[in-house]
Amino acid sequence: MSEPLLSVSNLEGGYGQIQVLRGFDFEVAEGEIVVILGANGAGKTTTLRAISGMIERSGSVKLNGEELITTRPADIVHKGVAHVPQGRGTLPELSVEDNLRVGAYIRKDNEVDSDMEQWFEVYPVLRERRNQRAGSLSGGEQQMLAVSRALMSRPKLLLLDEPSLGLAPLIVQDLFARFAQINKETGTTMLVVEQNAQLALGIADRGYVLESGDISFDGQADDLMSDDKIRKAYLGV
Amino acid sequence: MELLLARIFDGLSNGSTYAMIALALVLIFKATTLINFAQGEFAMFGGFIVLVLTFEQGIPMWISVVLAMFLTAVAAAGIERTLIRPFDPSDHLPLVIITLGLFLLVNAIAGIIWRFDPRAFPELFPSGNVFTIGNATLRWYTVFTVITLLVTVALLTLLLNKTKVGLAFRAVSSNLESSQLVGIRVGPTLQFGWAIAAAVGTLGCAVFVADPFRQIQPNVMLTVLIYASAAAALGGLDSLGGAIVGGISIGMVQSVVVPYSPIPNELALAAAVIVLMVVLLFKPSGLFGTAAVERV
Repeated sequence: MSEPLLSVSNLEGGYGQIQVLRGFDFEVAEGEIVVILGANGAGKTTTLRAISGMIERSGSVKLNGEELITTRPADIVHKGVAHVPQGRGTLPELSVEDNLRVGAYIRKDNEVDSDMEQWFEVYPVLRERRNQRAGSLSGGEQQMLAVSRALMSRPKLLLLDEPSLGLAPLIVQDLFARFAQINKETGTTMLVVEQNAQLALGIADRGYVLESGDISFDGQADDLMSDDKIRKAYLGV
Repeated sequence: MELLLARIFDGLSNGSTYAMIALALVLIFKATTLINFAQGEFAMFGGFIVLVLTFEQGIPMWISVVLAMFLTAVAAAGIERTLIRPFDPSDHLPLVIITLGLFLLVNAIAGIIWRFDPRAFPELFPSGNVFTIGNATLRWYTVFTVITLLVTVALLTLLLNKTKVGLAFRAVSSNLESSQLVGIRVGPTLQFGWAIAAAVGTLGCAVFVADPFRQIQPNVMLTVLIYASAAAALGGLDSLGGAIVGGISIGMVQSVVVPYSPIPNELALAAAVIVLMVVLLFKPSGLFGTAAVERV
């Protein structure tokens, strides 16, 4: 097997004196959708923030074999990692169009406009509201914008932090179906952190379970879905 | 009637200067939610550079203005890098104290170099009057001050809305973390804001003291800064258009409202602050500011 796109080992990190991640390993292969499951406070968000350099961290985070553990957040984006943070992180005072343009900030090619058209095709509501302030969009629309904006950087790896949070079930289903479709069509590798295990495992190839800052379980998505312990703890059956 | 007209013209030219300095304050506030109390002193120092370049180096005055804007921008970028960036941006008190310290420092350095005696400043605009009705005179100076203000705002708007660095600046102003997550380097972007603010301030001071009735000395921007702060807050602190409306409004309060009211002239400054307080009591985000409300 060739080298994975993302290879994390002995990852530690936290906020100030509080250590959240207690040194674990995982990988994501090119083209995969991998989901990290876990309860509130298990360290899911912290894991993504450690990968994108938003917190103090140690251990090793390699993208295509290149070490990123001391790289600064903005430079990590330049290496090909896009992060849709929890709570979507749109730029509320900027227009929808400017949000998309800023997503392409690191690009120097001249296909930004055609990429934007592409996301307007996927999410026509964004085209309708292209001149509206992003802060005026509904939660679901903001999530569409946040995902499209992240993809505007043409990332190798897309980090999605609780995309379902605060959204109506129908919208969430549609969103996850889009993730699967985008993954298939563009080959963008995705690492998804999610509480909605059912939906996330439905589109994922593999999954990890995070408990108290450490990985307690991992496997193929189908295996996790049929595992009794996982079903009880995260699928509510 | 003529007196009213004369006072309105006064308010217009003073208000334009307040608006220019308010613009500089707003540029830094937008991105950092910090008021740079040294903004007026940066501007004053820039004004003296114009004076030196024009009178001592013999450089044409408008080229001197552009050079001084550039030099103060570079200096402000250096100050941002060395005195502002090392500190935690979310902890305002140390930063406020640093800008107050810079205020005193720049003022003192200007005093050491140029002494506190007022000096004549180059006349940047044609002298003479557009028209005179009895006592009311519209001077070319007033007209060009307003034009300079409008051109400055137009250029700033283009810079912020049509360039990549402008987009980055607006992004950082809107959401620091998300800006990092799209690959914007926050430090240099804020530095750009400091540089632009200093350049605008220098232009503001140059225009202010280019009035043949005024001279330049190291304390020239003290009251201007207070009026400009009031103007910026009135306009909402994060809106360029608001800075203009705020600046002109404060200029009008000072030159039109106060002389007709029983308020003694000495209290004009206080009157401006009272106007500000009343507006903020009823509309805390100012006239044009972005209210901190959004859907999630």
